[in-house]
Amino acid sequence: MHKEAAIREPLILGHKTYHDITNDVCQPIEDKAPRMWYVLFTIAAIIGLYGVGTILYLLGTGIGVWGLNKTVGWAWDITNFVWWVGIGHAGTLISAVLLLFRQKWRMAINRSAEAMTIFAVFMAGLFPLIHMGRLWMGYWVLPLPNQLGSLWVNFNSPLLWDVFAISTYLSVSLVFWYIGLIPDFATLRDRVKNPLSKRMYSLLSFGWSGRAKQWNRFELVSLVLAGIATPLVFSVHSIVSFDFATSVIPGWHTTIFPPYFVAGAVFSGFAMVQTLLLVLRKAMKLEDYIHHKHVEYMNIVIMVTGSIVGVAYLTELFISWYSGVEYESYAFINRFSGPYAWAYWSMMTCNVFSPQLMWFKKLRRSLLFTFIISIVVNIGMWFERFVIIVTSIHRDYLPSSWSMFYPTAIDIGIFIGTIGLFFVFFLLFARFFPVLALNELKTILKSSGESFKNAPDRN
Amino acid sequence: MADRIFYAMYDDDDVLKDGAKKLVAKGVKINEVFSPFPIHGIDPIIGVKHTRLGIMAFLYGLTGLLLATIGMRFFMITDWPMNIGGKPSQTYLQNMLAFIPITFEFTVLCAAHLMSITYLLRNKTLPGRKAENPDPRTTDDKFVMEVRLSENGKFSSDEISAMLKETGIIELNQKELN
Repeated sequence: MHKEAAIREPLILGHKTYHDITNDVCQPIEDKAPRMWYVLFTIAAIIGLYGVGTILYLLGTGIGVWGLNKTVGWAWDITNFVWWVGIGHAGTLISAVLLLFRQKWRMAINRSAEAMTIFAVFMAGLFPLIHMGRLWMGYWVLPLPNQLGSLWVNFNSPLLWDVFAISTYLSVSLVFWYIGLIPDFATLRDRVKNPLSKRMYSLLSFGWSGRAKQWNRFELVSLVLAGIATPLVFSVHSIVSFDFATSVIPGWHTTIFPPYFVAGAVFSGFAMVQTLLLVLRKAMKLEDYIHHKHVEYMNIVIMVTGSIVGVAYLTELFISWYSGVEYESYAFINRFSGPYAWAYWSMMTCNVFSPQLMWFKKLRRSLLFTFIISIVVNIGMWFERFVIIVTSIHRDYLPSSWSMFYPTAIDIGIFIGTIGLFFVFFLLFARFFPVLALNELKTILKSSGESFKNAPDRN
Repeated sequence: MADRIFYAMYDDDDVLKDGAKKLVAKGVKINEVFSPFPIHGIDPIIGVKHTRLGIMAFLYGLTGLLLATIGMRFFMITDWPMNIGGKPSQTYLQNMLAFIPITFEFTVLCAAHLMSITYLLRNKTLPGRKAENPDPRTTDDKFVMEVRLSENGKFSSDEISAMLKETGIIELNQKELN
């Protein structure tokens, strides 16, 4: 029944029972929050509030407060948008694609990775909305009947495809996450003593009872959602890349963009998962559930996708020369030797060179090394978007209109602010929600738990 | 209607499954199983039919596909064809390539959400519903099998509890319904 090759490393360490799993995950929620949580929450909230302030200032004044100019019409706003969407790619990839491939190690990380996805997509969604300047007109992107007669949104435009892609991705990820959470909320509901918490978890658990038929439906719904979320994950970042690829700007107009963006998104998403989980496992004492093996698996994904990204960078560079189009080729020469060369080479170092270190088994199993690389990758992926966006447009066809982009305090404030808001959401999640998928972990205890794997009387 | 419900509690999913097999072989009808996680292979034993939600998801997806097609055909072809750089926009077929991404997204959107709503409705899991598991431990590490006297006419109450006790239970609770 519960056989698994003995050679595979156990995924759940120690001598755990079903009750231990419940305890290990629920206890930190029931206990008082550690002081560190309050410290981090306060810092994140202050930064987040500063971000909200800068956004309000922007909405009140207009997007002229950004450092954009006539030549560089898109800069940090879209850079941040693509960066956040990219980060938001790991969660649903982990829970959907890895579910289809029956990867059991996903169960320790899928819940928090999905939470990360949802919060990251929230942050991403902010940028196109505030870029409108008049946020209250945001509903104009929807195909609604209006007073102006036959004025419809343009369905030929990749920007509109993006509206549909991002909103579908956000809402489907949210539903997928919540459906998995319902049984775990029920566990909390039946455990907590505090009457207020009991009421809250009661409400959140929707009266889940764990009947055989409910579980039967649960498994199918998870599978079907995974099945349709898988192409969704790939489609979303492909469509984000169409925002650039379908334009006629040298440096953007490349057919390699969709796969290259998807690989980059998975790459940065996994890096962010590592950053968050390495801290989370320590803070919540979940070392038995998220350990070297999980980190190693994720590092392999980072290594593979990082290499795909590296190949894409070099292909792009080669094709720009091989195409014989001088504008195209200048866009790339300017990237690596122009005024933004420092950004290009930071990107190359962070994204192409650093993941190659993961070929060494010792390094990819080292938690500290992984943590450092995960942050390096996140920085590198931000630079990637910055390089693609700003260096392609700051020197256009007419040298008299060449210019540079300098971020203003508002540009910086909004970017830093979204990082603060993201951590506010994530810390709240870690405080009140079950951070591991309890019901799923229990199903693999007998096959992948350390004490069960090595027990002599295993049937 | 007077009835008696037996709640047999187990602390292992495999013991429950073996027990259920034996009971069913003896002709006992098992009404329900409550567990903290899906017990693989229990459904055919206790006679739970496989859900048809997958079929519904497919139909919902088709609905989305159809709506997106009709919608975009109306907006972009019938009502107000847009000339975007002279690209063909006279018929739906000519313009369809540009509509693929949204058609796909809308198909997924409808399939995922409508299936999830159906799932919640069919499960009767909705905000504000009260939990119906007989024991709070069934969402932690215990497994409960529910047998009703009224659905097992050929056995007496004592016979049922005797048979349940042979299956490795750790607790047996009974509830009278009036």
